Amino acid sequence: MKINSKDRAKAQWDAADVPLLEVSDLKTWFEVKRGIFSRKAEQIRAVDGVTFSLMANETIGLVGESGCGKTTLGRTLLGLEAASGGSVFFRGEPLLTLSHRRMKAMRRRLQVVFQDPLSSLNPRMNVMDIVTEGLLQFRMLTDSREVHAKRLLREVGLDEEMIYRFPHEFSGGQRQRINVARAISLRPDLIICDEAVSALDVSIQAQVINLLLSLQQRHHLSYLFISHDLSVVSNIADRIAVMYLGRIVEIGKTIDIIEKPLHPYTRMLIAAIPVAGQKRVDQEMVTGETPSPAAPPNGCHFHPRCPEAMPVCRHAEPPEAWKNGHYVCCHMYRPNSG
Amino acid sequence: MTLLSVNNLAVEFATDEGMLRAVDDVSFHINRGESLGLVGESGCGKSVTALGLTRLIPSPPGRISAGEVFFESRDLLRVEPPELREVRGNEISMIFQEPLSALSPLHRIGKQMVEGIGFHRRMPQKQAWQYALSWLQKVGIPDAPGRMHAYPFQLSGGMQQRVMIAMALMLSPKLIIADEPTTALDVTTQAQIFGLIREMKQNETALLLITHDMGVVWEMCDRVIVMYASRIVESAELSELFSRPVHPYTRGLLEAIPGLARGRTHLKDIPGQVPSPLRYPSGCRFRDRCPHAFERCRTEVPGLVECAAGHWAACFLAYPDAGEL
Repeated sequence: MKINSKDRAKAQWDAADVPLLEVSDLKTWFEVKRGIFSRKAEQIRAVDGVTFSLMANETIGLVGESGCGKTTLGRTLLGLEAASGGSVFFRGEPLLTLSHRRMKAMRRRLQVVFQDPLSSLNPRMNVMDIVTEGLLQFRMLTDSREVHAKRLLREVGLDEEMIYRFPHEFSGGQRQRINVARAISLRPDLIICDEAVSALDVSIQAQVINLLLSLQQRHHLSYLFISHDLSVVSNIADRIAVMYLGRIVEIGKTIDIIEKPLHPYTRMLIAAIPVAGQKRVDQEMVTGETPSPAAPPNGCHFHPRCPEAMPVCRHAEPPEAWKNGHYVCCHMYRPNSG
Repeated sequence: MTLLSVNNLAVEFATDEGMLRAVDDVSFHINRGESLGLVGESGCGKSVTALGLTRLIPSPPGRISAGEVFFESRDLLRVEPPELREVRGNEISMIFQEPLSALSPLHRIGKQMVEGIGFHRRMPQKQAWQYALSWLQKVGIPDAPGRMHAYPFQLSGGMQQRVMIAMALMLSPKLIIADEPTTALDVTTQAQIFGLIREMKQNETALLLITHDMGVVWEMCDRVIVMYASRIVESAELSELFSRPVHPYTRGLLEAIPGLARGRTHLKDIPGQVPSPLRYPSGCRFRDRCPHAFERCRTEVPGLVECAAGHWAACFLAYPDAGEL
């Protein structure tokens, strides 16, 4: 039987061993001019050689402090920033070199939910128009916009009678549900959530996390869940990637990262989290500030703050070590010996 | 010994849709040297309570409509403005969430600090400069002499907050009000600021910490007050509150906090949403979201009752005549 391209495009990506998203050595560098007349531009390596892959129906949590490049990485994958190098394969297609037309078609499968639920909704559009605009654009309306909108609102746990309301009439949690409804409307494979629950109150944050978890099960979704909050991430991610100054320093299964963190930076992040009723912050473990990404330290970027720093860390780039799917980039671990 | 006692404080704001009561009949006290946490979700009235204490409510549209705030022997709501200015910054100082908007963008750090000292202390300029400098060093700012000449925007968020802490502490106030002091910071910076506040806060200095984050309360406080929908719903010693929360809202809030997990974990959430202050339900304001709500919750407002020594809750289930929770 001949499968036409339309059918193929319709199918969910479920080739079991082929990653949905494959990012290799991705770089996003910015040139920043100091002063109006300055000729010399400073280079900020916001994303500096990031490699990871994401399987279908998997969630990777991307954590790091502000300025580590996690948001830029997400934006580069979405095509909102131009990559300076490396490659990204999404559903087997090279995302960075796609033609405008192919990229537009790809966008349907690659959706995003941003941090601020209000500023990412057009204040002059009602909810029905917001959540079905994508369907209209991609000619995927199989029914009236009303029917589609009501179904989507039901899916994200909102009252379907609300379709004619405007964004300002909703609370923060409800607005984020609308953003989620819009993101799932096109039946994407991957949703990039950039601090999607960070602006919400605790009780509402839990609701939205639960919503994302159940939608993932129902629709076979993958998430790249970007957040500064390791606790939140550990509740949603199958694997966690820790970023520091533009580079991924450790990736592993959530349980391994939380219980057996290898990189001193990951250990510092975990030590810094107060867990109400259980553990207090380990003050001794947390020192220093993130250096400017415009002038990262030599050798291992983390060495000025690292409690384990050795002389070698000051000048040599740390080697990469893999063991049982747990990756770490640190001089303490010998390559591929774990 | 009681340092500050707040009795039946009420703050109202005039809006297009009518009068909004942001703080409703709030009473609490802080002892000397105590760290009290005031927690709740956005819009619960915790920040307005803090601003009300030192009469910093913008008016109009705001208005303190009832209550008294006794700081030592004076009612701050009734003292004359010059006396109030003497208290603010000197005996009560504040640390805000956004250091960058709390510091003047046009003046160098040193100048701002010296100005604050000059306002409350008779001290020659040079000596004040040295005094300010010594505080910048105490809060761990590297190259403090150089930083005295820096503008706030030239410092990182963590360093700005350190400057705020130095300014709040340098006049040895009796009470520090900190409104979400670490919310805008990274967790690692937050951990350092915790340590700094703990270290710098002398024994007789009291702290009123306003936050939405139970983790922050856990780190910093001796006693906790939980607010919901403009009212206090529970207050207790730290470990008592975390181990035996009584009010269903407090219980829900503690359960909803994502702890460190091992992967996909459904969290216990509190269904529904915080009611608008313009349309609070009758009776208990949490009843629409409460799994235990019954008839009485609709018709009657639950007052705070002492359900264990020093543990107060505003819930009918905590009343002596109620059955097992």
